[in-house]
Amino acid sequence: MIKSLKSSGNKLSEINNQLQILSGYPFNGDLPKFKDKLEPLNQFPLKPSKIEIFQVNVGYMCNQVCKHCHVDAGPDRKEIMSKAYLQLCLDILDETKISTLDITGGAPEMNPHFRWFVESASKLGLKEIIVRSNLTIIRANKKYNDLPEFFKKHKVHVISSLPYFQEGKTDSQRGSGVFSASIEALKSLNGVGYGIENSNLILDLVYNPTGAFLPGNQSQLEKDFKFNLNKNFGIKFNKLFTITNIPISRFLDYLLKSDNYEDYMEKLVTAFNPSAVNGVMCRNTISVDWDGHIYDCDFNQMLDMKVADKSTQHIKDFNLQKLEQRSILTNQHCYGCTAGAGSSCQGTVA
Amino acid sequence: MEKSYYDPKDLKKFGDISEFEPNLAKKFFNWYGDVFKEGELSEREKSLIALAVSHAVKCPYCIDAYTEDSLQKGASEAMMMEAVHIAGAIAGGAVLVHGVQMMNKAKKLSM
Repeated sequence: MIKSLKSSGNKLSEINNQLQILSGYPFNGDLPKFKDKLEPLNQFPLKPSKIEIFQVNVGYMCNQVCKHCHVDAGPDRKEIMSKAYLQLCLDILDETKISTLDITGGAPEMNPHFRWFVESASKLGLKEIIVRSNLTIIRANKKYNDLPEFFKKHKVHVISSLPYFQEGKTDSQRGSGVFSASIEALKSLNGVGYGIENSNLILDLVYNPTGAFLPGNQSQLEKDFKFNLNKNFGIKFNKLFTITNIPISRFLDYLLKSDNYEDYMEKLVTAFNPSAVNGVMCRNTISVDWDGHIYDCDFNQMLDMKVADKSTQHIKDFNLQKLEQRSILTNQHCYGCTAGAGSSCQGTVA
Repeated sequence: MEKSYYDPKDLKKFGDISEFEPNLAKKFFNWYGDVFKEGELSEREKSLIALAVSHAVKCPYCIDAYTEDSLQKGASEAMMMEAVHIAGAIAGGAVLVHGVQMMNKAKKLSM
């Protein structure tokens, strides 16, 4: 199994090296700055709307090491959110009435307090609890085999990555054997009712391109996935979200090593869609890392770009009013969320 | 004279053909855009046809463009190679079917 950038000593594990490349050195120095695209739209600085989604990254540990992972997650990552900070997150949700909890990782199920966290959150009367599961974790170890029943008990909305409906492309991105384990996991989720019509148990899949190209039409790809997964494996799911790969972390490493970085950035800039700006997820989402720090989104989290208002950069100092008035920090990677039909953790936005 | 007839960067300049004759270019690009919209054929089917034709007309710009476009539209590598084989089969058939002309001529000239 390949190592994370961090444990392999890759120069990109130094955030400043990523920021330097994104800033235009040594490539793409002549590309327009993201800020310059927002200014004519009167969208700079970018401001939030109402914060509706509280996204908690409960740790970077994962059983997979995907080539495109923007978190640089893997078995060798030990960053895990403590129970005390998870409790603080629950307190914030209870006090602020933010309606959606979005739990991500790594493999969030590997946080030893994961089940307690979901159980506690389910008592808060939230509109929705999302768990971003990589699927294979369900089959990785016996202690995770009952996750579908656990998700069902707490009416969790499961969102899972599956980059393609065939083995080759999936395994090339996510590792050997991931496709077959994902299929088994999807069958077990279907088995308890997830993705089945009228069950009210929502199972959505995430497609992200298996290379240096942009995602295609979301509804067409959803039709392809539904047809092929049902025909070949009898699998059902609710929606497919297409997500653009953001040029940071391991996907940036891939772009640089495959000599695709310059072209990919040009593609993102060329595909800039002004109508996608209003719907970008940083406007209604706040992102929290394993150590309690607050970011505009999961991507800014990975670039260590904490929210601009220094008085509320940690959940210990959480202030919803200030966060809803902050200016969102942007950089060249933000072109990934505004290209084509736009991209967010909930799929397209335009 | 440039060192090479083909430069991959020229693909991005395709729209520049309007510089010398804007009216015809505008008509062409509008028509081109409409051709590739979903109709009785899906956008992916059209992209795979374009990929096959790109090989048949041996256009390196088009091969680059429609390889990426096919991937973007969710085509697998196997689908793309099957499309190329169709182009190859038609091209090969187009050569071989002229063998009938050769046979006709040979038979006419021979005792």
